[in-house]
Amino acid sequence: MATTKHIIHGVFGDEEPLLDACKKLRASGIRVKDVFSPFPIHGIDSVIGVPRTRLAICAFIYGLTGMGLATLMMWYMMISDWPNDIGGKPNWAYYFNIPAFIPITFESTVFCAAHGMALTYLLRCWLVPGAKAKNPDPRTTDDKFLVYLDLNDEQAKKAEAVLKECGAEEVNHKGSYTVEPKYVIEETH
Amino acid sequence: MHAESEIRIPLILGNKSYRQITDDIIAPIEGKAARGWYALTTISALCFLWGIGCLAYTIGVGIGSWGSNNGVDWAWDITNFVWWIGIGHAGTLISAVLLLFRQRWRMAINRSAEAMTIFAVMCAAIFVLLHTGRPWLDYMLFPLPNQFGSLWPNFNSPLLWDVFAVSTYFTVSLVFWYIGLIPDFGMIRDRVIKPWQKKFYGLLSFGWGGSARHWSRFEEVSLVLAGLSTPLVFSVHSIVSFDFATSVIPGWHTTIFPPYFVAGAVFSGFAMVLTLMLVVRKIYKLESYLTIKHIEYMNIVIIVTGSIVGVAYLTELFVAWYSGVEWEQYAFLNRATGPLAWSYWIMMGCNVVSPQLFWFKKIRTSILATFILSIVVNIGMWFERFVIIVTTLCRTYVPSSWNTYTPSFIDVGIFVGTIGMFGTFFLLFSRYFPVIAQAELKTILKSSGEAQKKAVASHAHH
Repeated sequence: MATTKHIIHGVFGDEEPLLDACKKLRASGIRVKDVFSPFPIHGIDSVIGVPRTRLAICAFIYGLTGMGLATLMMWYMMISDWPNDIGGKPNWAYYFNIPAFIPITFESTVFCAAHGMALTYLLRCWLVPGAKAKNPDPRTTDDKFLVYLDLNDEQAKKAEAVLKECGAEEVNHKGSYTVEPKYVIEETH
Repeated sequence: MHAESEIRIPLILGNKSYRQITDDIIAPIEGKAARGWYALTTISALCFLWGIGCLAYTIGVGIGSWGSNNGVDWAWDITNFVWWIGIGHAGTLISAVLLLFRQRWRMAINRSAEAMTIFAVMCAAIFVLLHTGRPWLDYMLFPLPNQFGSLWPNFNSPLLWDVFAVSTYFTVSLVFWYIGLIPDFGMIRDRVIKPWQKKFYGLLSFGWGGSARHWSRFEEVSLVLAGLSTPLVFSVHSIVSFDFATSVIPGWHTTIFPPYFVAGAVFSGFAMVLTLMLVVRKIYKLESYLTIKHIEYMNIVIIVTGSIVGVAYLTELFVAWYSGVEWEQYAFLNRATGPLAWSYWIMMGCNVVSPQLFWFKKIRTSILATFILSIVVNIGMWFERFVIIVTTLCRTYVPSSWNTYTPSFIDVGIFVGTIGMFGTFFLLFSRYFPVIAQAELKTILKSSGEAQKKAVASHAHH
């Protein structure tokens, strides 16, 4: 049997009632698909179940890569390919000359960590030139806070009541669509 | 929401709402520019054009057109380079270090301070790229395979470290700045009505929507980038100081240089931020966001860093005497009493004496006094680099190579040109980009807004 899904926008004028509404929705077993706000709302992640981002781990790995690349580059250029005797300090082995290589190793670590992380962030959020605006209502970058719900008939009714109770300024029904079940479990006798 | 002590002075004055902040930040973008903006932009653009002319002339005939000579082979070029790079440091300090220390007053100034960083580093880059003499061969600064062997650059040299440090600093600052700008461009895109503006800001906003997931990643990226930028900013000016400190020129060969250069950089950078802020505040009527308290905080940073610089100058003198090295002693005697002694005393007056005036609350909370002193500090910091470079190089080891230095018309032209370029870019930025990080500012409205604080206070007393 096909189910009907409803898209509902709960629009709030402030962050606290929105946070309150999200808590109540979750308590009654309703999934909050997303929240759009003009600035980060503290504590929203755990309430609507946004997992902690792993971008910092990425940055660490990119940083290690940058460090490795710089070391490899300087070892090849200064020690292996064309060793020089500069200022009475011959480039015989990498560890003899390490102090001179520290600044560039550091810069390269920072360069790769920062740019790698920034690029990962932009691609992960698909923030690219020419991308379509991701907020469903343009007022959410100004002063409105929006709860985005995608629910079936029964949940939708419950959710609308919760949103109104928590002080939503508007509860907008933004259309519905039907989902055909992918497969039907036939009952066997 | 964070609670904040009642006695803390509000950072956002007047009765502002989220909508009001949006309106105030978007006003210069939607509205017509003030007459002052046109006047300043015209002057800056003319200076910039003059600079481009002098730059083209230098490329055409070579750096023989500069005042630099055999003894004084680094002169205005490197003085200006170090000056501009130093100015840039305040932007990163405000946005990164103050973020790590959770200083909320940074939010009103970080955006324009970062813009200042980027434009200042661009100005600095002009001088280093040009001072090589054959700027069309500047690609040889990078370790690229070539037909000479390959012959690689010398990784033991601080000059090469500088290439890596400055390019990392520039690109990372640019990315940090832009990532912060994306949400604000999103806000502008959703507000503007003119079709070209909608398209323009739509493109710049990269499709920002402000969903909870994106904000969570945004905050993580900001924090980690701040954590990376903090050691980066210290490393950059330390490495700039290595350009001098690792040489064997008396007056340069000292271990005090890295901390002293970093403190000096922050000192001059904050002064430049203040100069710009006071202009922006006036032209765009942002008095509710860039308050007297902000000015006072920045002036306090100026007292601290100015005093560090002062102590460094005196330490240098003491160590020159105490070391017993005659070359070192002569270098400092020459700075203070030699033919270019006037530059030393301008430096001492502007950098050591003038910031001490900020101990008086009246002076550090006065807009006029701050504006004048911020310019005085930057003049002083320019002369600091002039003293370190020119005054020192006029008298090195061998008296036969003693020389003096007069800048040429071209030297002055390029310097004025970079000031013009800096001004032009900054004015364009302030007109078309959000000058205040409004998304960040909205997060502190409830805890640090004047009306909001009053409401909380009156509520608590009843």
